[in-house]
Amino acid sequence: MVDFDNTDAMPTPPTPTPTSPAAARAPVDGETRLRELSCCGKINLRGDPGDENFTRAAADALGMALPLAPNTVATDARGTVLVFWLGPDEWLIHLPLNDTESQLQQLRQHLAPFHHAATEVTDYYTALELRGKHAADVLARGCPLDLHPRVFPPGACAQSRFGNASVLLYQPAQLDDGGDHDDGNANDSARFLIQVRWSFTDYVWDYLATVIDALAD
Amino acid sequence: MLLIKCPWCGTRDMSEFSYHGEAHLLRPPAPAEVDDAQWGAYLFARKNPKGLHRERWMHAHGCRRWFNVLRDTRDDRIYATYRPGDSPPDVDAGDDNGENNGDNNPGNPT
Ligand SMILES: [Zn+2]
Repeated sequence: MVDFDNTDAMPTPPTPTPTSPAAARAPVDGETRLRELSCCGKINLRGDPGDENFTRAAADALGMALPLAPNTVATDARGTVLVFWLGPDEWLIHLPLNDTESQLQQLRQHLAPFHHAATEVTDYYTALELRGKHAADVLARGCPLDLHPRVFPPGACAQSRFGNASVLLYQPAQLDDGGDHDDGNANDSARFLIQVRWSFTDYVWDYLATVIDALAD
Repeated sequence: MLLIKCPWCGTRDMSEFSYHGEAHLLRPPAPAEVDDAQWGAYLFARKNPKGLHRERWMHAHGCRRWFNVLRDTRDDRIYATYRPGDSPPDVDAGDDNGENNGDNNPGNPT
């Protein structure tokens, strides 16, 4: 019988390496650019937004209020934490990788009295960044959303599909993880975050890269 | 191609959704007390109307919630979408109202 209390007898677990299938890919450069964003912490949160005590406790744990309006994103004062509305009782939190464990504990402590679920999903998704002149047109080749700024303005998010992959799309009001490219041109400023499951990363990347190539001037 | 209004996310392309057949079927609360014909009807018998149909859809690529759609099978016109637990709205789709046809399901609430 296995002695679970004898931790000496257990093999040391491998060090987690947050590298998605896109990690080995060189960014696509040009007028429309594609790259993988560095891995951030991700927590999926479920709970009843109709319960004021739940939403208050979640806000206490996060230091910011949950977005309750569909297809919206909330961000903390420093802009390092994003909370996406995923559904009527579901949110996704993006936060600095090193804060993930402590934030998870905070949530579980504050939300203990309520029916809820806080699940770390850091390794379940990766986030790609598509930016540049044709970014919206490139996405439109595989995504049925109306991406016109009048309908999908900066700051909006939506879950949809790109080709056959489920994606979470977000057009950042401002994305401080950039800096690789200097955009002097206002037409060049469209930026989309595309969150996709790891197992679909190659598929989405190849699809995007092919369309970027096809739409290049 | 249809545009379907998810009760939570708003109007989206049909390709974001999956279809799951007739809505408001009720599993017999005591399966052991119904006979084979009744159980078979619950499992397999569906209205398949030519006309208004209350049916289940799921926002598979979106919020992944289930909801109900009131659709006219003759022209695919969607009269309403509504959340589970909500009552289907009253709709007059003209003659040949499919909701009155072939209701042979013992588990189907009226
Ligand atoms: Zn939805």
